[in-house]
Amino acid sequence: MPNRVPSELAGARFVARLSVSHADFTLQLALDLPARGVTALFGPSGSGKTTALRAIAGLHRPQQALVSIGNEVWQDDAKGILVPVHKRALGYVFQEASLFPHLDVRANMAYGMQRVEQSQRRVSWEQAVELLGVGPLLQRRADQLSGGERQRVAIARALLTSPSLLLMDEPLAALDAASKEAILPYLERVHDELAIPVLYVSHSIDEVARLADQIVLLDKGVVTASGPLRDVLTRLDLQAAFSDDMGTVLDAEVIELDDAYGLSRVAFAGGSLLVGGVGRPIGSRVRARVLARDVSLAVAPPGVSSILNVLEASVAEIRDDGVDKVNVRLRLGAAEREGEILIARITRRSRDLLALQQGQRVFVQVKSVALIT
Amino acid sequence: MTMPDVDTASVFLTLKLASVTVLLLLLVGTPIAWWLAHTRSRLKGVIGAAVALPIVLPPTVLGFYLLVLLGPHGGIGKLTQAAGLGVLPFTFAGLVVGSVLYSMPFVVQPLQNAFEAIGPRPLEVAASLRAGSWDRFLSVAVPLARPGFVTAAVLGFAHTVGEFGLVLMMGGNIPGKTRVLSVDIYNHVEALEYVQAHWLAGGMLLFSFLVLLILYSFNAKPRAF
Repeated sequence: MPNRVPSELAGARFVARLSVSHADFTLQLALDLPARGVTALFGPSGSGKTTALRAIAGLHRPQQALVSIGNEVWQDDAKGILVPVHKRALGYVFQEASLFPHLDVRANMAYGMQRVEQSQRRVSWEQAVELLGVGPLLQRRADQLSGGERQRVAIARALLTSPSLLLMDEPLAALDAASKEAILPYLERVHDELAIPVLYVSHSIDEVARLADQIVLLDKGVVTASGPLRDVLTRLDLQAAFSDDMGTVLDAEVIELDDAYGLSRVAFAGGSLLVGGVGRPIGSRVRARVLARDVSLAVAPPGVSSILNVLEASVAEIRDDGVDKVNVRLRLGAAEREGEILIARITRRSRDLLALQQGQRVFVQVKSVALIT
Repeated sequence: MTMPDVDTASVFLTLKLASVTVLLLLLVGTPIAWWLAHTRSRLKGVIGAAVALPIVLPPTVLGFYLLVLLGPHGGIGKLTQAAGLGVLPFTFAGLVVGSVLYSMPFVVQPLQNAFEAIGPRPLEVAASLRAGSWDRFLSVAVPLARPGFVTAAVLGFAHTVGEFGLVLMMGGNIPGKTRVLSVDIYNHVEALEYVQAHWLAGGMLLFSFLVLLILYSFNAKPRAF
């Protein structure tokens, strides 16, 4: 992703070390991440994602907290620092859009911007209107908008305060599938065109796979893993967190268009895949998602088949899920070369049938690929 | 029927009393209502009950205690005398103090309900958009609670206009000074001046109906949330 990172933010880090205790729930958060791109806070409901976000914002008062972004310290109990919410340079997008009902769209968007000094404004009105496509909505009242429109206005409103950190609490969870699909491209543009780090809470691995650069896994109030998206998605010990939607993302480039069949070929380290559609020109960067359940393995080159995509790989790791399946981590490409990782989810019986072993050369059949950006 | 010789002083005094009372109540009642709507203090129940007391208390009881407390030998009476304010019963200021207490629940409760109905979310949104606490109150809470403010003001005003027992106990029968409309009607009836009583009572009936009509049509407007 070509992010324009201003020099003062390059190398800046976002640190959040805090704990929150309720009657029957304790959240222990320890994050230290590069302050750029989109970081997904991922976990099942009840894992403490929203509590974490509220504590970082200061909407919920955490205990023994250290929260800082770059050189702005928002809370440091060791030094007795506690900056009130309204003095933190943050943007917060709530799950339901929460536009002010007594203001029209324009006044809603201007509300935060007016309260930020002119010299501190880095996102212009025109930029926010254009990025989120809210120009035609400006005169309307909040209750005349659809759910997706409301959320776009809420995001534009938050961006207009020029935040150092944008916190988004499942901004798409309250939307139907079509609205979700419609709003994702706007989020991707925000990600690509503004250098504002985003902390994005979600329980949908689809959204995370599309948007995130880094991921933090949260379970029962504890961080179980964190790191670059692809590294975490390909760790077999964490696959239980992703359940049926486990899979990997490949950063790829369009290298060939087959107009006759309506297919594009995308290449990445260790191979290439044919995907449906010819919508992107040659040379464009795309992110492809391959679900583990769509990957099957063969020990000999498969014969003619309806499956177009066959890749060579070596088995890097095999892990039993404890029930009836095994997950196999595959290193794509010719032997000893650093290729991309794929995960295959196959039955235990298949593993025994193929006598799979670590280091073995296999042929990988990919039944389905989705281009997600 | 031509209008008989009705003393309009009591009408204007009543309107003045109600206006001053409502103004003071909005100033005093708004912070109390805000506190009641947001506090988690154990005192909430006590303060809430104390504010609601005039709803169930006979006005004569409240008037009696105020007369004693504010009178020359009462605790507050001694204070007001020491401060050079004299004693409050049998004065307009005394009626204002009594009315503020008596109409308090009719202002505080609609406001409290309105503030509670807003919920925490709009204020959190405002905080995340750089609005400090006063700013949040004025730019978000007050506009969203506007129907509550209208209800509070109208009910407070109407209730003050209609009070009788408390005024009588607090010495409200001095013409032009503390004789309000309701007392005036009582006097006319006592003196068998039914025509005058009809004019005043009828006027009050019409006024009260109009007030409620305005209130209901105002709050029946399509609400923005």
